[in-house]
Amino acid sequence: MAKPPSDLRYTKEHDWVRLDGDIATVGITDHAQEALGDVVFVELPEIGRDVAADEACAVVESVKAASDVYAPLAGKIVETNQTIIDDPSLVNSDAEGEGWFFRIEIDDTEAFEALLDEAAYSEYLETLD
Amino acid sequence: MIENALPDDPRPRPLKTTPLDSWHRAQGARMVPFAGYAMPVQYQGVMAEHLHCRARAALFDVSHMGQAVLPGAAAASALERLVPGDLLGLKPGRQRYTLLTNEAGGIIDDLMVANIGEDRLFLVVNASRKEGDFTHIAANMPAGVRLRSIENRALLALQGPAAAAVIARIGPEAARLPFMGVAAVTLVGIPCLVSRSGYTGEDGFEISVPADRAEALAQRLVAEPEVAPAGLGARDSLRLEGGLCLYGNDIDELTTPVEAGLTWAIGSRRRLAWDFPGAVAIRDQMEHGAHRLRVGIRPDGRAPARAQTDIVAGDGTAAGTITSGGFSPTLSAPIAMGYVRKDLAADGTPLHLVVRGKPLPARVVPMPFVPHRYAR
Repeated sequence: MAKPPSDLRYTKEHDWVRLDGDIATVGITDHAQEALGDVVFVELPEIGRDVAADEACAVVESVKAASDVYAPLAGKIVETNQTIIDDPSLVNSDAEGEGWFFRIEIDDTEAFEALLDEAAYSEYLETLD
Repeated sequence: MIENALPDDPRPRPLKTTPLDSWHRAQGARMVPFAGYAMPVQYQGVMAEHLHCRARAALFDVSHMGQAVLPGAAAASALERLVPGDLLGLKPGRQRYTLLTNEAGGIIDDLMVANIGEDRLFLVVNASRKEGDFTHIAANMPAGVRLRSIENRALLALQGPAAAAVIARIGPEAARLPFMGVAAVTLVGIPCLVSRSGYTGEDGFEISVPADRAEALAQRLVAEPEVAPAGLGARDSLRLEGGLCLYGNDIDELTTPVEAGLTWAIGSRRRLAWDFPGAVAIRDQMEHGAHRLRVGIRPDGRAPARAQTDIVAGDGTAAGTITSGGFSPTLSAPIAMGYVRKDLAADGTPLHLVVRGKPLPARVVPMPFVPHRYAR
């Protein structure tokens, strides 16, 4: 597993979030893609949709099962990654990079700081084993 | 398929293990509960294992399934009272797929029955059903026919186009078996019972092996260059591509062999006497048609439709339900099977699948999705 870069934040739903200004880029963590297995289908939210924190707004499916992806922060969807629609395997090969899901213009940048940092997420993962 | 584990059991019980449990873990398997057993769902990944089985050969541990012997000259006639298959016509060295049916024509389980000679039948039943099956069979045997369940043997399945070449190296007799043939064969010095059958649509073998030798045999098989271990994930996607029913999903006590498209498992001699459980209901459906039928379904788009997905007709009326659905690694597209109203069961019929509240276009297609490649 690649070591996640330290400027990311994480959620217990296994999202990662990177903040640039008030734009949050969201994907699923390397742990999540590993647990899901081969990703074969991704469904992304519509641009312009308002989402609440912890609202299910995307779907990721492996051969075995479907899982929801939750908005980690409230805001408006401003961009989605069409590349993973065409090649869902990117979510496996580069979950925390090219395999990002969507971008949210967030309402409250302070909420970002309240998410898990790398150490807290790693600690959380250990409680799952 | 993970969600099928212990569907009716609210209280978790300690999981049973197969004789290959530590071997799976040493091979890097991810273990999941299934039908009360800790089972490998995958090793390298479902997709890779699936494609490997189609291209070369995969080794599955299916020791969770129930094995039993029914000895006695009257065994075949006695078991015929519970199934619609022709067992009296099953010659030594031959295996047959059949069904335990109930009085309403529903399917209690699907199973393999082999005539292994010396007036003995060998049965393999589903893991999730074995206790009930064995109780049901035992309770219905006449004096002198006693079902012996086998607890000290593992069951391995070697499946794929290279399976015959692999098994020929360690047991040439096994490689000479015809499709659905069965024989006692020594593999690398281990006394096994081998049948040429499987649950993937590929050529292959199912090997009943003494529990204390199972690991040695598995290790010997994966040492062959063509063979990789495969888990329940690939087993499920392979059987779905093969259009093969999963008990509990695609067939159960509320589905009949007619609805499920399994009337080929009803022996022609049995259709003269109609003397098996549920024969009246099944005969009526065969003569007048069932209200619903199991069909193959291809979604037009990329989204898989999973089991329990509602199917609607072009006019918006309820059409049925998906019973198994997922992604086909071979076709690189979603596939499904399910029951639809009989007026919607013809190949090419357009349908909609309600996935996350949205009706997605799909159509009825023939099964199997991927052609069977059994040894003939």
